Amino acid sequence: MFWVIQALNGISFGMLLFMLAAGLSLIYGLMKILNLTHGSFYLLGGYVGLTVVHTTGSFVLAVLAGSCAVALIGIVMERFLLRRFHLQELPQVLITFGLLFIFSDLAILIWGGNPQTMPKPAWFATSVQLDGFVYPSYRLFIIGFGFVIAALLWWLQEGTRVGAMLRAGVDDEEIARALGINVSLLFTLVFALGAFLAALGGVMGGPMVGIYPGADFEVMLLGFVVVIIGGLGSLKGALVGALTVGLLDNFGKVFFPELALFTIFAPMALILAVRPTGLFGRE
Amino acid sequence: MSATRNLNSRSLAAVVLLGAVVLLLLPHLLPPYYLGLAVQMLVFALFAMSLDLLIGYGGMASLGHAAYFGVAAYATGLTALRLHWDVWLALPAGLLAAALTAVLFGLLALRTRGSYFLMITLALSQVLWGVAFGWRSLTGGDDGLPEVPRPDLGLPNLGLGPLTDSIPFYYFVLFFVTLGALLLVRIVNSPFGHALRGIRESETRMLALGFNVWRYKLTAFVLAGTFAGLAGCLYVYFNRFVSPDYIHVTRSAEVLLMVILGGAGTLIGPAIGAALIVLLQNVVSGYTERWLIVIGTIYILVALFAPDGLIGVIRRLRRRTP
Repeated sequence: MFWVIQALNGISFGMLLFMLAAGLSLIYGLMKILNLTHGSFYLLGGYVGLTVVHTTGSFVLAVLAGSCAVALIGIVMERFLLRRFHLQELPQVLITFGLLFIFSDLAILIWGGNPQTMPKPAWFATSVQLDGFVYPSYRLFIIGFGFVIAALLWWLQEGTRVGAMLRAGVDDEEIARALGINVSLLFTLVFALGAFLAALGGVMGGPMVGIYPGADFEVMLLGFVVVIIGGLGSLKGALVGALTVGLLDNFGKVFFPELALFTIFAPMALILAVRPTGLFGRE
Repeated sequence: MSATRNLNSRSLAAVVLLGAVVLLLLPHLLPPYYLGLAVQMLVFALFAMSLDLLIGYGGMASLGHAAYFGVAAYATGLTALRLHWDVWLALPAGLLAAALTAVLFGLLALRTRGSYFLMITLALSQVLWGVAFGWRSLTGGDDGLPEVPRPDLGLPNLGLGPLTDSIPFYYFVLFFVTLGALLLVRIVNSPFGHALRGIRESETRMLALGFNVWRYKLTAFVLAGTFAGLAGCLYVYFNRFVSPDYIHVTRSAEVLLMVILGGAGTLIGPAIGAALIVLLQNVVSGYTERWLIVIGTIYILVALFAPDGLIGVIRRLRRRTP
């Protein structure tokens, strides 16, 4: 029973990481931007959602408001700050890191420094009786929700026109432009989608892991480990990496509380040594 | 042409000489509090110069450089506190710890480049932060290690007094920072430094010329880590305290900002950038608690308006007014 419960905990946390890492990976795949503000998107999504839940009482509204508000921030950021530094690594690092600082301080200014928990939506507030043990239904809901998001992203990438353009842009940006694909618009869309997904993770994670100062740095690190393991620019990599890190993180905390990060580090180092670009990444 | 170059190198020599005199006389010009500030500027100048070796000369942008700074600080602090090693042992222990960490991380990170390199150096350093934060029995966790003793050289003190006093300690730091800076200047002007610049410009060409690129990069990585470690050792002796903050990605990003603000690939630029940021932090924290918003804005302003640093800005102005 212990193993099943811990595995479910790991997988549900992994799903939050997937929402974060999918955007990180998509943005890198198309635009070659290492977005250090991604953790802030997660945090801000959570906080906006929290405020909306407290004022309207609706979880669905909170999810929508949090994700859309952050997607808007993403659009502004891409259009006005990142666009002019296409393929220039160091300015991109400075800008995304600077924003990480600004957002983290603003969040403390607006929402205070204490950890907060989002109330669970009414329909998943209880626990369910599984085969011989009781488990919170909200975590099961997150697992299902994560798979739905993964399927939707898969369909978007493989089954739609926009997805085809996206794949073309990832493969060869200049040829895609020459073929008349509006790569510029695609950049903004993908950045907004990435921000949306990270914020979604923040709101959905609110009832599960809470919202607190420092979460932005924490999930950013985990998100990076996910894409290092899975490979940047690959949706499959993001999913496999996220579930791996979610499980490793959870079991690490259970068995080696003092050295929890090591249980993530060891496999990451192993993969780096064998496949530097991750399981599903390309050169 | 050669006349202007002569003039330039002569004026450079004059500036260096003037700087040296000011640095030597500083303790007699400044009250003790500001002397502490000067020590911090010196330490971070060395730290920034060590990263410049990687970024400015090797073209390897690391976002985890605080790892070596912090590991050295912990090694020096722990051996001084727990094993009562004096500075002759504790300082080399710090340097060795930094160098070994750099070897290990370099072996992993140097298999990649660009964004992957940034991300992997960041992740590796954050793992060390996690260890420092979580392994309470060894590192004291979040509380850190307080009361690291100031070094005792065990030498006749030349009439300056013990290193617990601020003036002799300033000279102690000045000595090591100058030594580090001179060695770095020596390294970047050596054949090794020129090969490193060649690798920054084109790895494939250097490979074709028969250079063992990978070995050069690893050597630069370990050297940069060791000099960062020296800065970390000095900083722990100055603060008499070490905490996980020493390793945090915030510090890695801060030193990256210092390098770019000053001008990567110049050594002197990053040193000036470091001094400016330390000074600014000190001034700003007197007025507001919102330092993160201020420094965050500076990151963005530097990217927008001074991407090749203050040195670059000066060069551009000079070119306009011949």
